[in-house]
Amino acid sequence: MSTPEPPRRVRVTSPRTSAARRIAANTGTREIDEQTRVGEVYMNSLIQSQLRLALAVIGGAAIGLGGLPLLFLLVPATRTFGVFGLPLPWLVLGIVVYPVVYVAARIYVRNAERIETEFTEFVGRK
Amino acid sequence: MSLTAIGLMVAATIGIGLFGLRISRTTSDFYVASRAVTPRWNASAISGEYLSAASFLGVAGLVLVNGADMLWFSVGYTVGYLMLLVLIAAPLRRSGAYTLPDFAETRFESAAVRRICSFLVFGIGTLYLLPQLRGAGLALQTVTGAPPEVGAAVVAIIVVINVAAGGMRSITFVQAFQYWLKLTALATPIFVILIAWRAGDHPVGVLESLQGAGAQWAEPLSQAGGRDHPLYATYSLLLALCFGTMGLPHVLVRFYTNPDGRAARRTTVVVLALLGVFYLFPPMYAILGRSFAPDLIGLGADTVVLELPGRIFPGTAGDLLGALVAAGAFAAFLSTSSGLTVAIAGVIDQDLLRNRLHRLTGGDYLAVNSFRIAALLAVAVPYLAFNITGALSLADTVGLAFAVAASTFCPLLVLGIWWRKMSTVGAAAGLVVGGVAAITAVLVNVIGPPQGGWPKALIGQPAAWTMPLAFITVIVVSKLTPHKIPRGTARSMVRLHTPEAVDVDRGIPLA
Repeated sequence: MSTPEPPRRVRVTSPRTSAARRIAANTGTREIDEQTRVGEVYMNSLIQSQLRLALAVIGGAAIGLGGLPLLFLLVPATRTFGVFGLPLPWLVLGIVVYPVVYVAARIYVRNAERIETEFTEFVGRK
Repeated sequence: MSLTAIGLMVAATIGIGLFGLRISRTTSDFYVASRAVTPRWNASAISGEYLSAASFLGVAGLVLVNGADMLWFSVGYTVGYLMLLVLIAAPLRRSGAYTLPDFAETRFESAAVRRICSFLVFGIGTLYLLPQLRGAGLALQTVTGAPPEVGAAVVAIIVVINVAAGGMRSITFVQAFQYWLKLTALATPIFVILIAWRAGDHPVGVLESLQGAGAQWAEPLSQAGGRDHPLYATYSLLLALCFGTMGLPHVLVRFYTNPDGRAARRTTVVVLALLGVFYLFPPMYAILGRSFAPDLIGLGADTVVLELPGRIFPGTAGDLLGALVAAGAFAAFLSTSSGLTVAIAGVIDQDLLRNRLHRLTGGDYLAVNSFRIAALLAVAVPYLAFNITGALSLADTVGLAFAVAASTFCPLLVLGIWWRKMSTVGAAAGLVVGGVAAITAVLVNVIGPPQGGWPKALIGQPAAWTMPLAFITVIVVSKLTPHKIPRGTARSMVRLHTPEAVDVDRGIPLA
């Protein structure tokens, strides 16, 4: 004999608490929508942290890539220094730079998405 | 045989374009379809459109002649996407703008800024189409012996017909196909050559040209090829390429195909991987060309990629590989110039032509025809310029287009996205000052560059002074005109930077 599965237990909560919670969760977005001081602070902190991240990547590129011509200028031996039969400039500019740029991009994206997730959690989802 | 390969490639491109058009006929189809495009496909499409004749033919030619310093071209073309990724990728997608003038208008709420942008899109696009036409002329000349004007005319006509008929219009699949075709066409001969070289019946060592006493060519900053002030030139070139990429008219349109800002970032990462793989190969052609085709250094260095397979393998094998490379070169030409033509024609049509046509005919015209006339104009102007101008190398002309973009759209986008105190007047002033400076440098280059020394270096690679000039202009003028900061700036900032998952008022609905 087969008994029909008992209906799943559902916890009944007061509609008032959920309503209250939704408003609470959405204050962040409301502050932004109404362009209050607080909303402005939220937006500024988001933009600032994204900008800091972007500038870190650009700074890294400026030192890593921008330093190379200076290195070639100041230490002429590096212009012909051979690694695995290839001169250093050819190895770096022809091959090594591409995986490095790719990895930098991956790291950047992970951090940018983390900042956005934190922001979303903080001001409240849809 | 090469001609057959080119013919097949063109037929395949137009075929896929028309087929795709049949599936997605309306704008809404296109938008809906775009939601299904994964970052990988989209990245292939972006790379396919981006890798032009300058990358396919020009980089190898420049390295062949001028040596190690020219490796910065392919590095810059790639790092440009890293800068685009960190500075504008996600915010630009969230702006909902489809073209650069669209972005300018919604961010700065000004029709005047929009108009300046339209003019610049036309200028940069023309400057970028010019070397594509030259590359096509060269390719056809190498294959058939026809004069370059004929080749350029033939492909100009193909592009106009293709774009005007509606083929290739933003069809992701065609452009994605072009990337893989180009990579295959460039990589296969190199692999075959390397395998043959290992088998060991060649008199010349592959790396010989990089080593030994006579290899000044292989050293950076060596002034090989008669370039003065190599350090300045290197930095200026790097700036132009790194910050010019984001201002190219056909790049932005592609980003719109991403469903949201997050996808725009992820797509860009894949683009970086695809470009990195592609750019491994052009320097190899230059190194091999140094040994196997040294006569090209004097004239026709841009054809080294096309000539090399035939030089190394006389007979059928060389013919086959040559045909493959020629088809790849044509793919490079077709995809980039079609993408550019669509972008430029769209702007000419929307901002310059439609209203005038409307007034002229009293409304008695078809909107589609306006776009077709615009497409014709978009290609006719660079074709005329091609016939007047002298022999700047492919990658050099493209480098100048990047310099103009870096001095105009880069400040507009970067400051427009990150700086809330930018005023409308500042935006316009930056575009005008940067644009006039950079375009003047370009014109001097085309008409008759200075003979040597600093003037030649400064004019030949203008970005190092025109780009900071534009940034400073925007900042100073904006500080002087604080009352002209667009009123909707706060809302724009919310729209540009808030993740889609957050439910806020963005001024305009999410596109």
